[in-house]
Formats: sequence, C-alpha cells, structure tokens
Amino acid sequence: MDHTAPSAWVMLAYLISGVFFILALRGLSSPATSQSGNRYGMAGMLIAVVTTLVTHEVASLPEIIGAIAIGGGIGWVTARKIAMTDMPQLVAAFHSLVGMAAVLVAAAAFLNPGAFGILGEDGLINPVSRIEMGLGIAIGAITFSGSVIAFLKLAGKMSGAPILLPLRHVINLGTLAAILGLIGYFTVNQSPWIFWTVTALAFLIGFLLIIPIGGADMPVVVSMLNSYSGWAAAAMGFTLHNTAMIITGALVGSSGAILSYIMCKAMNRSFISVIAGGFGAEAAVSGGAAKEQRPWKRGSAEDAAYMMQQAESVIIVPGYGMAVAQAQHILREMADVLKKQGVSVKYAIHPVAGRMPGHMNVLLAEASVPYDEVFELEDINSEFAQADVAFIIGANDVVNPAAKTDKTSPIYGMPVFDVDKAKTVFFVKRSMGGVGYAGVDNDVFYMDQTMMLLADAKKMCEDIVKALQH
Amino acid sequence: MDFISILSIFVMACFVGYYVVWSVTPALHTPLMAVTNAISSVIIVGALIASAAGGSPTAKWLGLIAVALASVNIFGGFAVTARMLAMYKKKER
Repeated sequence: MDHTAPSAWVMLAYLISGVFFILALRGLSSPATSQSGNRYGMAGMLIAVVTTLVTHEVASLPEIIGAIAIGGGIGWVTARKIAMTDMPQLVAAFHSLVGMAAVLVAAAAFLNPGAFGILGEDGLINPVSRIEMGLGIAIGAITFSGSVIAFLKLAGKMSGAPILLPLRHVINLGTLAAILGLIGYFTVNQSPWIFWTVTALAFLIGFLLIIPIGGADMPVVVSMLNSYSGWAAAAMGFTLHNTAMIITGALVGSSGAILSYIMCKAMNRSFISVIAGGFGAEAAVSGGAAKEQRPWKRGSAEDAAYMMQQAESVIIVPGYGMAVAQAQHILREMADVLKKQGVSVKYAIHPVAGRMPGHMNVLLAEASVPYDEVFELEDINSEFAQADVAFIIGANDVVNPAAKTDKTSPIYGMPVFDVDKAKTVFFVKRSMGGVGYAGVDNDVFYMDQTMMLLADAKKMCEDIVKALQH
Repeated sequence: MDFISILSIFVMACFVGYYVVWSVTPALHTPLMAVTNAISSVIIVGALIASAAGGSPTAKWLGLIAVALASVNIFGGFAVTARMLAMYKKKER
C-alpha cells in the first residue's frame, strides 16, 4: 500500500485537536471555567476521530460505528450510574482500558505495518518505529495489568494488604532489564517472538509492580498509572507521527506525574519507597502493641451543638471515614443550620483525605457544599489558632501532632492540620479502639480541649442537627 | 515528519503540560484525572487506522476491539467529568 505524506490540512486538524486538549486542562484551573474546558476536550476528540476517518480509505465503516456504539454505550451508562465514592476504582478501570487499547494498536501496527506507513524501503519496519512500537506495547501492557490490580484492590475484590514476594526487587529489575534489552534487540531483528515476549513480560511486570503496594498508597498508584497511560499514548503518537496523540500523551503523562508527586508529598513518602511497596505491612504489626491508658473526655451531641452555636468560627476536617459512613449530606445540613445561626463554617481538606487526589472535594460537592467554603491544607492551617471549634469527622492521621513532633512515628514529617491550636476540638469516631491507616495513637484524643464524640458519623451529625434545632 | 520535529513537539508539550497541570486547582484533581483519562483515549486514532485498513484481518479485528475499548473511555470519561463538574457550586448569596 502506497503511503503518501498527510497533507498540511490534516496535520493542522490534529494540531487543533491537541490545542483543544490543552484548553480542556486549562479550564480546570477554576470550577467556573471547568465545564467549558470539558467541552473543549470533547471537541478535540471529535476533530481527531473525524479527521482520521475522512483521510483514510475506510473499508469497514459499519463495524467501526458498531464498535464505537457498543463501547460508548457501556462508558456512558457506567459514568451515569457510578457512585462518587467508587470514583477511584472507575478511574483505575478506565486506565486499564487505555493500556489495553495501546497494546492492541501496537499489535495491529506490527501485523499490518503498511497501513500505518512505517515500512522502510527494504520492506521491513523502520528501526525507529520498532523502538516506538516496543515502548508503546510495553507501557500499554504495564498500564493494563497494573491498573487491573489497582482496580481489584480499590474495589475491595482483592485484599489491600501488600503481597511481598521474596527477591521481588531482583525479579522486577531483571524483568525490566529484559524488556529494555529485547526492545533494543528488536531494532536489529524484527522477529515476532521478540515482540510478543516483550508484551508478555510487560503484562507480568505491571502485575508484579502493583501487588506489593498497600491500600494506603493507592492514591499514588492511581496517579502513576494515569501518567503511564499518557506515555503509552505518546509512544503510539510517535509511531503514527500524530501530533494530537503526542501532545495528549505529554499532557496526561505530566499530569499523572505531578499528581503522584503531590500525593507523595502529602504523605511525606518518597516516590521510590511507594514503588518499592510494603507500606502498611509493618504498621499492622506495630499497631497491636500495648497502649498506655490515658484519660480522655467523652462529649454528647448536645455538648457539640451547644459549643458550636456559641462559636464564631467552626472548621470541619472531614476524612474518608465520613464518606464510608455516608455522612456528607447530613454534615452539610449541620453546617447550614450553623451558618443560619451566624457561625462561620469552613471545611479543611487534606490532599490524602479521600482515596484519590481531590476525591474529598468531589464528595463534598456532591453533598452540595459550596466550593468556596472548602479550603486546602496550606490555605487554612493558620486559621485553626483563631478557630473556636475544630470538628474532626472520619479523619485521624491528618490531624495527628505526632507527625510534627515524634521522630519515631511512621507518619513523622507528613503535613498535618494544627487542630491542637483550636479552642475546642470535637472528634467524631466510632470507638476509641480504631486507629488510622498508619496504626498510630493520636495525642489529640487526650487533650484538655478535646471531646470525643463516639458514634457512627452519620448518626452523630443527625443528633447534632436535632440538638441545634431546639 | 522527521523524528526530530516530532520529538520537539513532544518536549514542548511536556513543558506545556507541566505548567497547565500545576495551575489546576487541587479541588478539581479528581475531574482532572477523569478528563485526562478521556483524552488519552485519543489513541482511538491508531485503532481507527488499524480497523479501516485492508490487508490483515487480524489487525483489523484488534483495531476494532481497541476502538470499542477507547470509546468506553471517551464517552465514560467525558460524561463522568461533566457529571462531577456540574456538582461544583458557589455559595448562594
């Protein structure tokens, strides 16, 4: 098949598509512009698909439309039905699809290189294209199998506990070296066995890389796989000489990398130690150690209602436990009642409050909490010193002062909220027994100004709302 | 296009990505992930080329499956992003 260079118009169309994708991300700089940004993204995708279809001789249009209809239907229905608490596993599942699509495209390019215009004059695939295809299929396969494991762990279909194989670092590094070595050899020898071995090893390494990583580190893993799915798209963009794919791949790749960095920083964990895995395994052991009994005070819903009515300012610190108890709607009602009574209410969100970056913000937005009452860690932390009440619900490690003072603590160095500076602290918790992800005791429980509200988060908020309305 | 022009586009796009993503407000990091998911499915372009071409029935069917998978992501990703973004409301004054 004769492959002529694409016309300038075609290249321009793909470039516009790429620019629209940049605008889609740019729109997310503020909630006010975000929806128009999303529409730019859709327009960019439409341009890319239509351009491809009109510039190629399409021998199988009905099949293609059928495939788009089936896939699109499944995607649309899933997107409508999914609960916001399940967003991390949905994103992981979507990443796995991008990874698999990249694998299939690279495989198709290997089987039918003429259609992709990557044949050299000697009838073999261009050596540069072979590297790009090899990298594309390897990154795609890693994204796929890694995301499947992340999905299973996040959806609770597989234990979140790290699975540690003996010699895993040796096995992993050996497999990675083998993949890179084979891709290198592929440039001089275009045998199919090399290509398929790379694919098989890449599926394996994706699986091996994610099984040792514990549930607490999943926000980093999801972000990292987001990044990989971008690099896979970029590698295929190099093969196809397609600007839309290259620009998108670079955007998505950087986006995932930055989100991984933000998550690591919020947990004070190095990226390497997350990847090396095993976090949560030791903590589960040390958490069982005997704890000294220290005095603490128990409060009631009426106490909380009274103190918050008297307060000028209340800062609510929600954690994932609140979402597990489905307390976000009643919490917002509580805040509404307080606001009507003239109390200033703000929400303080830690970057790791949810199970993926920004997850808590979505959960609060779903409960109709206005986004301008929700503040990030660094923007609100200085305000605790002036706050009358800090109301902690479903959070634990992110308010633990040990992160600032105790060098032996597993969470030492993690940025935390200075709730200990608030005049009164209410801590909603199911019982005194449970500890956070990190399995460490929290000095906030035992402070003079702290009252523990031991109950289910939803039940407690309901009782407080009742007491407030008296 | 030669390799160096493609590489230039890629490197420049990485820098654009770096600055654009840092400007995204942390409150929208989940929608950011959902929308990057949707746009990385631009890989559908490669899938369409594979399924449109004659010559190799296997390649065509691999392409069609990839078209379907990428479509799940495109429709699902943009729809779920739109659904989330519609929830973000300002305070009523």
